[in-house]
Amino acid sequence: MINVIWLAMILIGVGVAAIRCLGITVTPLGIYLAPTFEPLSQLTNGIFEYAKFAVELAIGLVGIMALWLGIMKIAEKSGLIKVIARGLRPVMVRLFPDIPPEHPAMGSTIMALSATMLGLGNASTPLGLKAFQDMQTLNKHKNIATNAQCTFMALSTSSVTIIPATIIGIRSAAGSSNPTEIIAPVIVATVVSTTVALIMTKILQRLPRFQVENYIEENEEEESHEES
Amino acid sequence: MKNLKGKIILFAILGLLIACFALFSFVSVMQVISVLAIPLIIVIIPLYGHFKGVKVYEVFTDGAKEGFQVALRIIPFLVAIFLAISAFRSSGAMDLLSWILSPITSRIGMPGEVIPMALMRPLSGSGALGIMSELIKTHGADSYIGRLVSIMMGSTETTFYILAVYFGSINVKQTRHALPAALTADLAGIIASVLICQIIFG
Repeated sequence: MINVIWLAMILIGVGVAAIRCLGITVTPLGIYLAPTFEPLSQLTNGIFEYAKFAVELAIGLVGIMALWLGIMKIAEKSGLIKVIARGLRPVMVRLFPDIPPEHPAMGSTIMALSATMLGLGNASTPLGLKAFQDMQTLNKHKNIATNAQCTFMALSTSSVTIIPATIIGIRSAAGSSNPTEIIAPVIVATVVSTTVALIMTKILQRLPRFQVENYIEENEEEESHEES
Repeated sequence: MKNLKGKIILFAILGLLIACFALFSFVSVMQVISVLAIPLIIVIIPLYGHFKGVKVYEVFTDGAKEGFQVALRIIPFLVAIFLAISAFRSSGAMDLLSWILSPITSRIGMPGEVIPMALMRPLSGSGALGIMSELIKTHGADSYIGRLVSIMMGSTETTFYILAVYFGSINVKQTRHALPAALTADLAGIIASVLICQIIFG
């Protein structure tokens, strides 16, 4: 799936830029061509800029990542995560039937999802990464996503947001008379999208197309390579 | 016995929250929580650890050590995703797509100006934020478009970025149904935003 989308986005992008290079203008008098290389060179600049940005973004994450992983390690060692996880177990067991209730993955998943809900953007990504790593210890095929990982991914991209802090900031900067009026609509909209996310993952994970077995053969070689 | 103590604490916290909501407005309570959350976390977790006999400083640095490796591991995945995003964006394909979609979206009450943001949202958070700020500046924060982009921004996520980062960090290349499920949820979030905005502010 991601392979096709990735390739298609590149092909469409370059294709559109190439067509724009012809400089076609349609007027009632006829079609004019004014060839130029501008769109393609714009594309080239854009690609390099983003590649640089990717590394800057990842390096920028190191500090926050280390901070949260450190805090999480204390929470884990002291057993605090287990206490929190126990309280939320009834809900979580239904959402993530593949994760054993006492497994560390359950605790880190809960922490990550609560950070997302509170709009703690800086905290939710590192916590989400931690949750993914813990889930990976339960994964039999290290190259292929588990059901729990897919559910978690869909939940964190659609997650119920209680405080959209950045947006409120921009609105009040733009002189809104009531910058926080969007909080309630956002909660309702995210409840809708979260519900859809849950239903979709539960339906899609049953489809024959997305079964783990379909992905095993083509990846066996890579898997053994990575383990060595 | 231990379990009972935990339950009492949980109910105390819940009771306190409900009392706060009853006394003050929902919004102000939410804002206070968002300010207090991080300071509380960095106090409560190490303090709890200390009382449970954990060597907090040593354990913290032990956990923090992994931060660098995780960040390094996601770089190739970010570069790959950003390559596709930048090709799509800087070529003008994004603008073309929103031009094609505008006759359909206007049917559900979504103005054409908003489409680039809806398309940008799953690809790039900063890109979508840029479009949103620009739309709010031109149309005003309290206009229909201004409110709609605010709600849309709040109720969707940068799906492609999260996909690249999360799955990249554990080297999973076969993401199965994660992307279609997440994109459907994004679409539902956008449609819900438009409908809710129409009901409340339309």
